[in-house]
Amino acid sequence: MSDVALGSARRPFALRFPSVLVFLAILSIFTVVVTVLSEGFGVGVISTSFVKTLGKTLCLCLVALAMDLVWGYCGILSLGHMAFFGLGGYAIGMWLMYARTEIIVLESLAAAELPPTPEEVSDGIATQIFGVVGASEFPPIWAFAHSLPLQLAAVVVVPGLLALVFGWLAFRSRVTGVYLSILTQAMTLALSLHLFQNDSGLRGNNGLSGLQNLPGLSDVPQSIVSMWFFWASALALGLGYILCAWVVSGKFGSVIRAIRDDEARVRFLGYPVEAFKLVIFTLTAVIAGIAGALYYPQAGIVNPAEIAPIASIYLAVWVAIGGRGRLYGAVIGAAFVSLLSTWFTGGQAPDINLGFYTIQWVDWWIVILGLSFVAVTLFAPKGIGGLVDVFIDRKSPDRHGADLGPDQGALREQEAEK
Amino acid sequence: MSTLLEVSGVSVSFDGFKAINNLSFQIADAELRAVIGPNGAGKTTFMDIITGKTKPDEGRVVYGDRGDSLLKMSESKIAQAGVGRKFQRPTVFEDQSVFDNLMMALKKTRGPLAVLFFKPSSEDEDKVAKLAAEIGLSGALHRKSGELSHGQKQWLEIGMLLAQDPRLLLVDEPAAGMTPAEREHTTDILREAAKTRAVVVVEHDMEFVRRLNCKVTVLHEGSVLAEGSLDHVTKNEQVIEVYLGR
Ligand SMILES: Nc1ncnc2c1ncn2[C@@H]1O[C@H](COP(=O)(O)OP(=O)(O)OP(=O)(O)O)[C@@H](O)[C@H]1O
Ligand SMILES: [Mg+2]
Repeated sequence: MSDVALGSARRPFALRFPSVLVFLAILSIFTVVVTVLSEGFGVGVISTSFVKTLGKTLCLCLVALAMDLVWGYCGILSLGHMAFFGLGGYAIGMWLMYARTEIIVLESLAAAELPPTPEEVSDGIATQIFGVVGASEFPPIWAFAHSLPLQLAAVVVVPGLLALVFGWLAFRSRVTGVYLSILTQAMTLALSLHLFQNDSGLRGNNGLSGLQNLPGLSDVPQSIVSMWFFWASALALGLGYILCAWVVSGKFGSVIRAIRDDEARVRFLGYPVEAFKLVIFTLTAVIAGIAGALYYPQAGIVNPAEIAPIASIYLAVWVAIGGRGRLYGAVIGAAFVSLLSTWFTGGQAPDINLGFYTIQWVDWWIVILGLSFVAVTLFAPKGIGGLVDVFIDRKSPDRHGADLGPDQGALREQEAEK
Repeated sequence: MSTLLEVSGVSVSFDGFKAINNLSFQIADAELRAVIGPNGAGKTTFMDIITGKTKPDEGRVVYGDRGDSLLKMSESKIAQAGVGRKFQRPTVFEDQSVFDNLMMALKKTRGPLAVLFFKPSSEDEDKVAKLAAEIGLSGALHRKSGELSHGQKQWLEIGMLLAQDPRLLLVDEPAAGMTPAEREHTTDILREAAKTRAVVVVEHDMEFVRRLNCKVTVLHEGSVLAEGSLDHVTKNEQVIEVYLGR
C-alpha cells in the first residue's frame, strides 16, 4: 500500500494509489459508527461535544493533508498554513454572525410601530456586532457579509489570493529553506497582530463568536447540527484525500517530489519550478481555508490567537509525527496528536502525584509533545505512519545516511521507500 | 552549417578569481565537439553559463536561429529552448523510478497545468521503453534510480538528456565510472546524437576523445588555448605544457 505504487502511469488511479481505497473505507466506517453512536441520530453514547471534537479533528486532518502536500511532497516547509485555515474560519464566521444578528435585530424591531428602515436594521446589526470594540458601523470588509454565496467564495478566494501574492513574491526571489519558513511565520504573525487590533474590522481579540448557531435554524438542536458538520467534515476530508492523492500521483507528483529533492536539477529539465511551487502553495492554502471554514462553526469561535505563529508550527509537528511524504501519515499525525492534546489539556488526564511534585498534564503536555517531536525527528523519521510499513513490507533504502537529494527539504533516507 | 551557439568574450570571476576569462566559442547545428582541459580549467563553469546557472560578468551568449541571448533567460526557459545538460556528478531523482525519471524528461509541455492533466499515451510509454533499452536499463525500469550503480546513473542521465530531445547537448564527463565497453557504447550514442544536433562533450579521457573523432577545444585557465583536430592540438606546445605533459 505504498502511496505511489510502481507501474504504468496509465493504470487506473485507484490501483496506482491503493491507500485511497483503504482510507475511504476507514473514513466511511468511522462516519457510520459515530453517527450510530451519536445523540442526534443514534443511541447517544457519544456526547454532542465529543462529536464536535471529532468533527474538528477531521478538519485538522484535512489541513494536515494540505501541509503534507506542500511540505512532504514539495519540500516547502510553510509555517503559515494555519493562517489560511483561520482566514477560512473568519470568512464563513462573518456570514454566520451577520445573518444570525440580523434575525435577532429584525425580531426586536418588529415590536416597533413603524416598520424599520434598512438603515435602522443595518445600524442595529452593526451595533450588536461591533459594540464590544466600541464601533457601530460596518467596516468595508463586511460588504459581502449578508451573502452566504459570496462569503463561501471568500473562504476559497481570500486564502488563495493571499497565498498567490505571498508565494509569487517569495518564490520569484528564490527564497527557500529556513528563510522561507521564517517568511511564512512573519506572514502569519503580521496577520494575527493585525486582527488583534480593534479597528481591524473583525472585532479585535474578541474574534467572531456564536458560530455554532446556524441562522434561521435555531430550532434545530446542536446534537443534530453537530452531526451535519461532522458529515460535511468527513466528506471534505474524503474528497481532499482523493484530490491530494490525484495531485501527487502521475507526472505532477513526480515533478513536485523532484523539486523537493533537487529543485535546481528540475529547472535544467525545463520545468518552471516557481510556477509549480506557486500552484501547490495556493492549492494547499485553499484546502486549508475550506478546512477552517468547517472547523470554526464547530468550535463556535474564531479569534486572532488561532492564527498565532505557534499554530502553524503545531501543524508541521503533526505531519512530522504522523510521517511526512505519505498522505495517510499526515492524517494519522493530526488525528492522534490533536485528540491526545484535547485529552491532556481538557483536564481528563489524571494528575500524577509524585509526593514532592504533582504533574499536571495541562502544563506538561506541551513538554511531552515537544520531546516526542524531537524523538520522532531523531529516531523515527517515518513517524507513526511508518508502522504501516511493517505490515505492507515497505523498506527504506540503504544509502549510508545520504538524503535523497541535495535540497533542505529533501526526503531523508528513512523516509524514503526502497 | 549555421552556427547554433555563439559565446563571445565571456568572463566570470568568483571573489576576484577569474574562472572564465574572455572565452569565445562557437558550435554549429549538427556538430560534435570535445572540450578538454586540466582540472579547474573552467569546463563546468562554461556549461553553467550556457545553461543559465551562472551569470557572466561580461560577454554575450547567443543561441538559435533568431539569435536569442541566453543571458536574459531563466534556467528553465533555456532548457525549454532546447539546451539539455548532463552533469559531471550524475544527478537523477533518486527517490523516483527510472521510468519516472525518463517520463519527466520526455519532451512535453512543461507548464504546471499541462503537467497536472498529463496522461502518458502508449506512444510515450513506448518511447520511454525504447530509451531504457538504448541505455541498458530495460530491466531496471521500475527500480528506484537511487539504487542504481554510478555507471547506471550516468546512463540514466544520458537517457534523460535524449528524452528531452534537445538541439544542443552539453555532456560533462559522461564516461566516468563506466567500463570500457560502456564507454564505447557512450561514444556511439553521442556520435549518433550529433548527426541531428549539436553536442559538446567534456572529457578527461583521451582515448574516449579520440574515439569521438571530432574537433577538440582545449580550455586552460578560463580561455581557449587551442582548437582543432585532436592530433593538431596534441602537437601544440602550450597544450603539451599545461595539460598533456603532466
Ligand atoms: N561557485 C564557485 N565559487 C567559487 N569558485 C568557483 C565556483 N565554481 C567554480 N569555481 C572555480 O572556478 C574554477 C573552474 O572550475 P570548473 O568546475 O569550471 O573546472 P572544470 O574545468 O570543470 O574542472 P574539473 O575537470 O575538475 O571538473 C575552479 O578553480 C573552481 O574552483
Ligand atoms: Mg568540471
